Amino acid sequence: MNQRTPLIIFALVMAAIPFIPGVPPFWIVLLNNIGLAALVAMGLVILTGVGGLTSFGQAAFCGFGAYTTAVLTTAYGFSPWLTLPLSLVVSGIAAVLLGIVTVRLSGHYLPLGTIAWGIGLFYLFSKLEFLGRNDGISGIPPLSIGNFRMLDPGTIYFAIWIAVLVSALLTMNLLDSRTGRAIRALRRGHIAGEAFGVQTPRAKLLVFIYAAVLAGLSGWLYAHFQRAANPTPFGAQAGIEYLFIAVVGGAGYVWGAVLGAGIVVILKEILQSYLPYIFGGQSQLETIVFGILLVVLLQLAPTGVWPWLMARLPIQPGRNKPDASLPLATPARAQASSAVLLQIEKARKQFGGVIAVNDVSFDVQAREIVALIGPNGAGKSTTFNLITGVLTTTGGTISVLGNKVDNAPPQEVVRLGVARTFQHVKLVPDMTVLENVAIGAHLRGSAGAISSMFRLDRSDEAKLLAEAARQIERVGLGDQIDQLAGSLSLGQQRIVEIARALCVDPLLLLLDEPAAGLRHMEKQRLAALLRQLRDGGMSVLLVEHDMGFVMDLADRVVVLDFGTKIAEGTPDAIKTNPDVIKAYLGATA
Amino acid sequence: MNTTIMLFLLQDGITNGAIYALLGLALVLVFAVTRVILIPQGEFVTFGALSYAMLATGQVPGTAKLAMAMGVVAFGLDLFEARRSLRLKRVARAFALNIALPAAILALTYGLAGPKTPIAVNIALSLLIVAAIGLFLYRIAFQPIAHTSVLVLLIASVGCHLALQGLGLVFFGAEGLRGPALSNAALTIGPLRFTGQSLAVYGLTIAFIVALWLFFGFTLMGKALRATAVNRLGARLVGIRTTLSGQIAFLLASLIGAISGILIVPITTLYYDTGFLIGLKGFIAAIIGGLVSYPLTAVAALLVGSVEAFSSFYASNFKEVIVFTLILPVLVLRSLAAPAVEEEKD
Repeated sequence: MNQRTPLIIFALVMAAIPFIPGVPPFWIVLLNNIGLAALVAMGLVILTGVGGLTSFGQAAFCGFGAYTTAVLTTAYGFSPWLTLPLSLVVSGIAAVLLGIVTVRLSGHYLPLGTIAWGIGLFYLFSKLEFLGRNDGISGIPPLSIGNFRMLDPGTIYFAIWIAVLVSALLTMNLLDSRTGRAIRALRRGHIAGEAFGVQTPRAKLLVFIYAAVLAGLSGWLYAHFQRAANPTPFGAQAGIEYLFIAVVGGAGYVWGAVLGAGIVVILKEILQSYLPYIFGGQSQLETIVFGILLVVLLQLAPTGVWPWLMARLPIQPGRNKPDASLPLATPARAQASSAVLLQIEKARKQFGGVIAVNDVSFDVQAREIVALIGPNGAGKSTTFNLITGVLTTTGGTISVLGNKVDNAPPQEVVRLGVARTFQHVKLVPDMTVLENVAIGAHLRGSAGAISSMFRLDRSDEAKLLAEAARQIERVGLGDQIDQLAGSLSLGQQRIVEIARALCVDPLLLLLDEPAAGLRHMEKQRLAALLRQLRDGGMSVLLVEHDMGFVMDLADRVVVLDFGTKIAEGTPDAIKTNPDVIKAYLGATA
Repeated sequence: MNTTIMLFLLQDGITNGAIYALLGLALVLVFAVTRVILIPQGEFVTFGALSYAMLATGQVPGTAKLAMAMGVVAFGLDLFEARRSLRLKRVARAFALNIALPAAILALTYGLAGPKTPIAVNIALSLLIVAAIGLFLYRIAFQPIAHTSVLVLLIASVGCHLALQGLGLVFFGAEGLRGPALSNAALTIGPLRFTGQSLAVYGLTIAFIVALWLFFGFTLMGKALRATAVNRLGARLVGIRTTLSGQIAFLLASLIGAISGILIVPITTLYYDTGFLIGLKGFIAAIIGGLVSYPLTAVAALLVGSVEAFSSFYASNFKEVIVFTLILPVLVLRSLAAPAVEEEKD
């Protein structure tokens, strides 16, 4: 089944509804409300469900959109169509200002911050003279095309649902792209993305602005639908409700937003009209039911209704196979001026009083496999983090091809051609193997968010996916290419990480315990692959505990103990080195 | 502005700030132990305050029945959870906590409520009711999802807030209520008059700060609660009962909320939805304190209270705007001080 078919069917159904005879006008109003809520929730899907940044303040961005058009059309006589871009820009600028402050916050500070400024902005809307204080602004002109004025709900219906469909399409395009993969990796932490060149703060700000602009669009439509704007629909309660919609529908899914909006708006309507009959004339009873439902839903179905529904569909949407023959240009890099690829001189890392890496010096030559071994806590992974810029050194220098990299951010280090895997696998479990591996090629593509949304990135994208598919084939996971990374065994996930690192087209590959969790045959295949890579001109620095694997594979071994280098040499020399035996087996072994 | 006005504003700010400090402390406490950002803290305030105000007029507040109903639900959950090993002792314990306790509170409330009931009895009843609600709220809403992320817990917390606020409207109506003062004593120093009420506010705030600091810093139970927050599994492995820790945290938080409510309801009229705003101001203080530091939270709360008092004098229209945007510079500072490497969470 073509991926576009359901969308076209949905669009046709939505277009037909107003023409069905006997559809009550009230249903159209409800559908309009659903569309307006779906737009905001769609922003939250990409912000919260995909990007992992929870915001309770989206209603305020609706307010920016609505008030911008309200003021400009009533006080200054602007045409509503002219205020559309202005409304979006104002919401976007507000998002930049608030985003710079908030998106850098980790975890729970972000949602708390959004609650606070959401409420602050609500009071601002309701106190400012030129926004009409609590009464708001009325008499907003309707949208019109020529002499056709969209006065009744049945006509603005089309404007609202075209906006919903176009936004859904653009959002899905964005998510299915180079930028989209970077966004989808955000929720799992920033270290993995940054190791492949993703500018995490910029990606976070991007989704924040994107969500705000969608909310602004909803606000603009709302203002011309209601023909009035007052502060109430832009307060904290509304912000909470939008998040509720996204969670109900399925916070990770674009169509979950539309579904969630449908469920919540209709449910609210039913509750508002029937609850008073059951419990007497009290108002606000629906909030009680709402709150309880939210808590119950989180306990029973934390991922929402949409994925639950999709899993029960008889037809699963197919995936397009990438054409693995498309070539991807080799990244332009400084060529090796000497045979020394990586030079570490007296690198030192202190955490408070603990010296994790104590003046360690060693180098990696071109076309060489070097193993870094040592007992647990010897400082091996810390050394990796120093080389790749995840941690900053306390002293000493690290240089790649003569360029000093100590304290450069990870995004700069990977540009020099240093790619890595992680001791604790850092893949995005709900992305396919192909998509995970394609993150490795992030720096080899150039398409931005806007071109991705309008599908101008397809040739760039096809090349990236082709490269990813080739590397997956190379590491021997071709059969698993479309599986979700989280469904693979831990050993296979480590191999996926290697494929991702290979997508950088690195000069130096840093592997942190690549053989852990592999079976004997798989280890042999991995060793063969690494030898093949070395013979192709790549260097490998690996941390590994499997001594048979290391001694068989490495050209040279560096031994760390308690952060200090205690030995360096060929595998045979290391095996008989008394200091090494002492470090591993204790005193006089 | 003359000194007298300034002193008045400062006094006002400190009185309000002390309340925010109490709430901020409760929020820090709950977050530190359960990782729940307790949005319904404001509802504990209104429930405490309005139950007290209703009891003062001789009526039985609906919160007593709510505690009973929540107890029944909690009992059901306990039974369901224990369905594979339904031993008499376990059932009896669940029955005692979830059914007998709220039933006793309900009976006491019906028995003692009346226009002549002494203030102290009314206070005790309100505290009992709200404490029971807090305890059951944790059991029903948070205990089943205690292992999930801070964000899921936060959204659940918002759901609880919505439900409880709606129930507040049902129980207390849309009209605001005011309660009788705890004492009519007053003390005059220079131009300032300190009522017994405000002195009680200061005293209780300081007492709670010291008590929490001592509890968490120096007792085994307090340390166990902190360990639960850092790593639930680890805490369980060393023999800490993590559900008990959560229940204690919620019990303390609801008590603190109810006390704050009872302290302010004689000073200002409270509505069913006032608690949310008051609670959020406690939040701002708690965030400034980084959700970890009790003394810093208390200082920040006094700052929030003072800023509120001064801005209500100079720009009363923008009082709330100023108070809530106060958080932005704090967030900026926190962003700048953000650690270079943050631990990744699953």
